[in-house]
Amino acid sequence: MPDQPILEVDDLRVSFRTGRGRFTAVDGLSFSVRPGEVLGVVGESGSGKSVSMLGVLGLIRTPNAEISGKVVFRGRDLLALKDREMRAVRGREIAMIFQDPMTALTPVYTVGWQIAEQIRAHERISKREARDRAVRLLDEVGIPAPGKRVDSYPHEFSGGMRQRVVIAMALSCNPGLLIADEPTTALDVTTQAQILDLMRRLRTDHGSAIVMITHDMGVVSEIADEVLVMYGGRAVERGVRRDVFHAPRHPYTWGLLDSVPRVGGPRVRRLPTIPGTPGASGGGCPFADRCTHRHAACEEVPSLTGGSGHLDACWLPEEGRERIRRGDRSGPEASPARQSARAADEER
Amino acid sequence: MIGYILRRFGAAVLVLFAISVLVFLIFFATPGVDPAARIAGKNADPATLEQVRASFGFDQPLPVQYLMMMKHLFVSHDLTSFVNRGTLVIPQIMDAVPVTLSLVVGAAVIWMVLGVAMGTLAGAMRGTLVDPLVMLLGVFGVSLPVYWLGEVVNLVTQKELHDSVFSWVPPLGYVPLSQSPGQWALHLLLPWLTLALLYAGIYARLLRGELIQALNEDYVRTARAKGLSERRILIRHALRCSLIPIVSLFGLDFGALVGGAALLTEVVFGLPGVGKLTYQALQNLDLPVIMGTVLYAAFFVVLANAVVDVLYARLDPRVRRA
Repeated sequence: MPDQPILEVDDLRVSFRTGRGRFTAVDGLSFSVRPGEVLGVVGESGSGKSVSMLGVLGLIRTPNAEISGKVVFRGRDLLALKDREMRAVRGREIAMIFQDPMTALTPVYTVGWQIAEQIRAHERISKREARDRAVRLLDEVGIPAPGKRVDSYPHEFSGGMRQRVVIAMALSCNPGLLIADEPTTALDVTTQAQILDLMRRLRTDHGSAIVMITHDMGVVSEIADEVLVMYGGRAVERGVRRDVFHAPRHPYTWGLLDSVPRVGGPRVRRLPTIPGTPGASGGGCPFADRCTHRHAACEEVPSLTGGSGHLDACWLPEEGRERIRRGDRSGPEASPARQSARAADEER
Repeated sequence: MIGYILRRFGAAVLVLFAISVLVFLIFFATPGVDPAARIAGKNADPATLEQVRASFGFDQPLPVQYLMMMKHLFVSHDLTSFVNRGTLVIPQIMDAVPVTLSLVVGAAVIWMVLGVAMGTLAGAMRGTLVDPLVMLLGVFGVSLPVYWLGEVVNLVTQKELHDSVFSWVPPLGYVPLSQSPGQWALHLLLPWLTLALLYAGIYARLLRGELIQALNEDYVRTARAKGLSERRILIRHALRCSLIPIVSLFGLDFGALVGGAALLTEVVFGLPGVGKLTYQALQNLDLPVIMGTVLYAAFFVVLANAVVDVLYARLDPRVRRA
């Protein structure tokens, strides 16, 4: 894998003016994605994962928002681009797919028209050619009888099929980066697996890097190379998938992993949860209010540090984290998410 | 699509039949209403009543009466007024139709252009000063009653300023299009504007709401992520979807207005249209004329609805299968 990142986000901050003062949704987020790599961004609702990606693409449109930092994509700072230049990046170099395929397509146009619209927005080709390419794309994402279905309207497709159409549309201009915002959340489980399979295949075929936003640790374990755990608008842990799943370092990641139901082993009466809901904490570590390992140091915001590519933002001692984790959660040592991660590893 | 159109118009014919029966029953078979007594006049003696009954066919069974009425209306076109005996009903309506159609079609064009322009402007410029200003204008239009506005317009253009600024305004009345297109338009200009103002306000408000909702839809976000221009997103995606409810409302309003709801405008501006005819017939309870105009009105409402449904299916592919 070439080491030059395709996307480099440095100290991204997104805040909104609200009736009750300024609300910071993304607070100094930094990460990078290399070409062809899949970065899984995990966190519960409200952790800032979607907002940060919308910010990267310049899709936050309220005048109340303030965005700062640096988003370098293929050597250009996206935040400094003019509207017009940004439009040429969106859809052609960076494509985005959203959570709910049921509402993501304009209901009054055929899917072929909508795919062709995107192609023709970026390339000078004839309607005929654009349509032919739409048919090929639909075929590629596994829509049966694409020559016929290209003239179907969105309501004539099921949810899973619509998400395939959305993916086909996103890939229509061979983007270098695909941002997928919970692409499987609104689908049923078997469809989810198919869509993940599809995305994995397309990554190999098109070579696009993928940023996969999700709150589902299972999805991350299936597809991600690199994992970024977000909480309260900050990165709390970052590392390659194997490290994050096998030796998670941040108490929030522990909580996320523990709250995944297990398939094998003894059944627990109640699934462990993380107490409370995400919210702003007063100045210190954003997770402090919900953390069972809170101590005096947590009054200050920990920075993202660590060696050998596995970073975390926590004041707990570097050594013996696993012991601390087991000390308060006496569950069996192999959590299911880790099992599935292991299974995914063995597949490769 | 063709099948859909056929089905839709088949349903329209059924509805018209049901309406004709209902209207007939209301006017000729409501208990306590004796058309013969009305025709014979007050204090008529029983012999006269009998004679009237026989000559108008009120002694026949109801289905026969209904068929006779329909025959007079649609086959022989010789239904006569009860009040002015010998005056045929159908030609009266036929004379009034072009007037009403001229008024309503012209006003409809104006209000659709104005309403869509104002609604789109306000919806797209939401958050700026343009939005509340345009909407204020809309509320202004909605809250002016047609009869009052019409009278004020007449007062200003026909009396107060008729000798100076508005010397070009012709006297009230109607000039057929076939006679002089220029005079036709000139005579109708103020009635058009007066009628259109109300509807433009309503449509602008409705469209603005629809548009703002559409601009928050996921598909608009998808369109942005596709890299389309804001203009294209607004017109091809958001506005296109927002127009669907507008079109269905337009069909209803248009049908009702052609059917006689433009009455107030017609009366104020002295236009001899269907509304005015109905108004006169109601004043002296001329049952055949009322019956004729009501059926005519129903015809237009039902027809307009059928046309709108077909249009709707063109605009919204989700309807076609239903």
